[in-house]
Amino acid sequence: MNTLFDKIWDAHVVQHVEGGPDQLYIDRLYCHEVTSPQAFDGLRARGIRCLRPEKIFCMPDHNTPTENQDKPIEDPVSKKQVDALAANTAEFGLTHYGMNDPNNGIIHVVGPEKALSLPGMTIVCGDSHTSTHGAMGAVAFGIGTSEVEMVLASQCILQQKPKSMRIRVEGELGKGVTAKDIALFLMSKLTTSGATGYFVEYAGSAVRSLSMEGRLTLCNLSIEMGARGGFIAPDETTFAYLKGREYAPKGEAWDQAVEAWKRLKSDDDAVFDREVVYDAAEIAPMITYGTNPGMGMSVDGTIPALDQIPSEGQASFSKSLNYMGFQPGEKLLGKPIDYVFLGACTNGRIEDFRAFASLVAGRQKAPGVTAWLVPGSQQVKREIEAEGLDKVLAAAGFEIRQPGCSACLAMNPDKVPAGKYCVSTSNRNFEGRQGPGSRTLLASPLTAAAAAVTGVITDPRELL
Amino acid sequence: MKQKFDIIESTCVPLPLENVDTDQIIPARFLKATTRDERFFGENLFRDWRYRPDGTPVKDFVLNNPVYGGEILVAGRNFGSGSSREHAAWAIAGYGFKVVISSFFADIHKNNELNNFVLPVVVTPEFLQELFDSIAADPKMKVRVDVPNQTVTNLATGRSESFELNAYKKYCLMNALDDIDYLLLQKDKIEAYEQQ
Repeated sequence: MNTLFDKIWDAHVVQHVEGGPDQLYIDRLYCHEVTSPQAFDGLRARGIRCLRPEKIFCMPDHNTPTENQDKPIEDPVSKKQVDALAANTAEFGLTHYGMNDPNNGIIHVVGPEKALSLPGMTIVCGDSHTSTHGAMGAVAFGIGTSEVEMVLASQCILQQKPKSMRIRVEGELGKGVTAKDIALFLMSKLTTSGATGYFVEYAGSAVRSLSMEGRLTLCNLSIEMGARGGFIAPDETTFAYLKGREYAPKGEAWDQAVEAWKRLKSDDDAVFDREVVYDAAEIAPMITYGTNPGMGMSVDGTIPALDQIPSEGQASFSKSLNYMGFQPGEKLLGKPIDYVFLGACTNGRIEDFRAFASLVAGRQKAPGVTAWLVPGSQQVKREIEAEGLDKVLAAAGFEIRQPGCSACLAMNPDKVPAGKYCVSTSNRNFEGRQGPGSRTLLASPLTAAAAAVTGVITDPRELL
Repeated sequence: MKQKFDIIESTCVPLPLENVDTDQIIPARFLKATTRDERFFGENLFRDWRYRPDGTPVKDFVLNNPVYGGEILVAGRNFGSGSSREHAAWAIAGYGFKVVISSFFADIHKNNELNNFVLPVVVTPEFLQELFDSIAADPKMKVRVDVPNQTVTNLATGRSESFELNAYKKYCLMNALDDIDYLLLQKDKIEAYEQQ
C-alpha cells in the first residue's frame, strides 16, 4: 500500500536522523552557474572534495546570451559567473558542458534528453524547476545553495520527507489544450501554495496521454503550486523516449532496467495524504493576468472582481492588477501585446517549437511584436533545423536564437522593457521577472503563437 | 551566519502582503554575485519595492519607514514562494533579520532560512492578524521568540503560541552547527548504503 513516492524515497534513505530529517542519498546532482559558486567556496573553506564527482553534471544556462555565443559574454558580471563554473568544475573534476558546447543547454532540458535523468532516481539541483525531471518517474526537487554544498560534499542531503498528493486529470483534452494549460489550470484551482508540503504524483488518462515533452512541462510547473516536486510513473512512453539516448543503459542492461522500471508505480491500495481529480474537458487554453502563476484563467475568460477575492488577499490582488495595468472584471482577449517569448525549461523543447510553427505557418508575425524563440538546448536547436522548422518560422518572420534560460528571468541581455506586455511560455509572471517593470502573461506555445501573429491576446483555437 | 539561538526579543517590521516571492525578496539581477556577501544581498533586500529605478527610496515602503525596525520580519501567508535562490535568505540575514514570522512559508525558502540561521516561525492566521494589528497600534511593541521552549509571544497582548521546530534543527540552531558538519561525519554510513 505504498505510493511510488514512498518507494523511491524510502529506497534512498541512508538513515533517519534522530528527531529530525532523513539523510537521503542523491543519484544525480545538476549545477548551474547561479546557485553553485558559494557552494564550491564552502568546499574550499572546509578543505574537502566532492564525494562522488561522477554523479554530478554542470552547465551554465541562466546568464548565457542567445546571440553570438561563439564570442565572449559582454556583461562582465555574467561572464565572471559563467567562468567561475568552468573553473570550479575543473578544480573539482566534474563534467561541464560550457556555453557553445554541443551538449549545452538549460539544465532541465539537457538532463532528460541525454537520459542523465532516469526512472527511480533521486535528482536535485539548486533550482526550483528541478521538478521537471519528475517526468521520467524520478523524485526530483529544487534545493538551496547550502544543500548543493551538502550534496557536493556527501552525495546526500538532509530532508524532511514531504507528504504525498495525487492529482488525477481524467478524460480527453480539447482542441488547442496542452500540458501547459493543464498546469496553469491546476495552479488557478489549487493556488501557488495549494501543494506546499507535498510531493505530487500526476495520474489519470489525460496525463498518461501526454508525450514526454508534455510531461516535462507539467512536472516543471509543480513548484508553482508550491509542491516540492511532481512526477509521473514511468510507462511505455517513458521507455520509448529513453531508449538509445546517450546515458540510457544499453543492451542487456537496458532490458533489466526496463523490467525494474515497470515496477515503479503506486500500489493499487496506496493511500495519499491528499487526492484531487479534475475533468480534462473543463480545461481551456489558459493565460495569466496577475503576478503569480496561480492568477490564471481561460484565455477568453474574465479577471475576477475584487469582491470575489477573500479580504486578506485583496491588497495583494489590487497591487498585482495595478502592476499589470488591468482592471478587475475585464477580459484580456484583443488586448495588444509587445513581446512573445517561446522557450525556457517549461516550453523550450522540440514539441513546443513544432506547436508554435504549426500555428504561425502560412501567417506572418504581427508588426510591432518582438518575438524571442529560444531553444532549450543545442540538441533542440539541431532538431529544429533537421525538421526544417527554422525555415517555416523564418518564412513567417521569426528567427531562432541560441539556447539558454533567456527571457524567463532575464539574467542575460533578453529583457522585456518596463511597462511592456509579454506573452511568455515560461514559468513565472512575478513582478519584474522578465526585466524591471516587465508585464508577463504566461501561456502555452500555441497561445503565444496566436498572439505573435495577431499582435493581440487571441484564443489559439480560432486559428487552428 | 552561524550563530547560537536562544531567546530573541525585538520590535518587528511588518509586511502584510501575501505570496511574497523570492524574486521580490532579491531580484534575479543580483544573483550574479559569486560570493556569499550577506551585506551586499542585505542592501538589496526587496530592492524593487524599496527603491525606484533611479535609486531613490520609495518613501512608503516599510523598510524606508524609520518608525519600524528590529530583528523580526512579519509577513503575510505563503512567504518565499517561487525560486529556490538561497540569495533570498542571505538578503534577509544580511539585512539583520533573525526571525521571520508568517502563517505559511514556501518549502524551499523555509529550508534556506534555517540553513542560514534565520528562524522561520509559523503561527496561526489569527496570531498573525493580531500581530499586524499590534504593530499598527504601536510600532515599538515587541515579540519574544523563545527557541528552547519553542514559543512566540506578542508582548503587547500577551498572546502566545508554540511553533514547530524539529529536535535536530533546534539542536543545530542552539549550538551553531550546520547540516554539512553533520553529513561529513556520516561517511561510513554513506559508503555502506552504496554497497547495498
